[in-house]
Amino acid sequence: MARFSISGVTISGIAACVPKQVVSNYDYDLLNEKERRLLVKTIGVETRHVAPKYTTTLDYACAAAEKLFEETNCDRSEIKLEIFVTQSRDFYLPSTAVIAQDKLGLPQDCMAFDIGLGCSGYTYGLSVAASIMKSTGIKKALLLVGDVSTVTCAYNDTSTYPLFGDAGTATLLELSKGNQWSFDLHSDGSGEEAIKIPHGGMRHLLTEESLIERKREDGNTRSDLHLQLDGLSVFNFSITKVPKSLNSFLDEVNADRELIDFFVMHQANKLMNETIRKKVKFDPVKVPYSLSQYGNTSSASIPLTMVSELGSQLGVPRKLLLSGFGVGLSWGHALIETNGVICPKVLEI
Amino acid sequence: MTIEDFISKLEAEFEDVEPGTLKAETSFRDIEDWSSMHALIVIALIDTEYDVILSGTDLQAANTINDLFELVRTKQ
Repeated sequence: MARFSISGVTISGIAACVPKQVVSNYDYDLLNEKERRLLVKTIGVETRHVAPKYTTTLDYACAAAEKLFEETNCDRSEIKLEIFVTQSRDFYLPSTAVIAQDKLGLPQDCMAFDIGLGCSGYTYGLSVAASIMKSTGIKKALLLVGDVSTVTCAYNDTSTYPLFGDAGTATLLELSKGNQWSFDLHSDGSGEEAIKIPHGGMRHLLTEESLIERKREDGNTRSDLHLQLDGLSVFNFSITKVPKSLNSFLDEVNADRELIDFFVMHQANKLMNETIRKKVKFDPVKVPYSLSQYGNTSSASIPLTMVSELGSQLGVPRKLLLSGFGVGLSWGHALIETNGVICPKVLEI
Repeated sequence: MTIEDFISKLEAEFEDVEPGTLKAETSFRDIEDWSSMHALIVIALIDTEYDVILSGTDLQAANTINDLFELVRTKQ
């Protein structure tokens, strides 16, 4: 079982950056007014920040990192580990993290690599960064996390188009005294079809056929380069395996829910997240949402919610439960202690 | 759990459905403006109220509200 604890790492700061352009689901003319109201009420997404063409996750994450360096007075030459968690990389190759090393002026003796995960990516990224820092003694690490998902959502697909927003985030981690962090990480590749972009990878190289938009069984129209999402399967996965593993994780680490300040979940869908919240028995005041303003921002949703909804509340020592779940299927939980996190306001570019 | 109780819970979830209008033999897909969103609402309701998870296949196989009720009963 990938359940383990690490102590002696803390988060010094988190910054988030989103596109300036805001799109409202109340203007989505594929649905009638009544359907739009039901959609907003059920999934909880009113507006989304949408990236213009050719602006990428790297751009948003680097803007967030620059803001973070400025606010934390961080000497970037001290960063010896940089991890980029994304499923919307700039190129087939090289890795986005390596491009970011140069773009951000990080030293060349900094290890940099990508992790290709989506909704579960932030908790995975924290666990990998913290593990490497503890085993190597690297004192400062930069975790860049985010996705530009809107470019892969077909306008004529109501199961994806109104859900997603774009964002890039940067988290600065440092070795410190104390701070117990526990992780619980899971994978179930048998659910690979639930959330998928079928073409454009090695299994189905890009061909002319990949670009053809076809009407699917569910009534939605998309190409095989677009994101496909089986809402019911994802919903069932999320309300069964996620709360079950969370409850078992919290029991094993003897976590007292009363002593956890905030439970920050991946921002997937309001009905789904609320069902999970009730099953894990957390008071609504401890569970922040950024969904209505930003939509589902994939791997960025947890750090974006921490910045946009908690902000200065993270300026004092806190105990946080984080949970990411989705594409893969992949899910991961983290129970972390922080000593005061600097969170500048969400940047818009 | 009774069918009457089950129906009134369903009616409470749907904004445009007047109490007392749904029957056991009502085909739930005929409820006005039924969409995939309603399917999620029904799954969440049944999970929260009866601790039963219905899959997409379960929903596809069911036609009437009574079919749903029986499914929940057998899975409880």
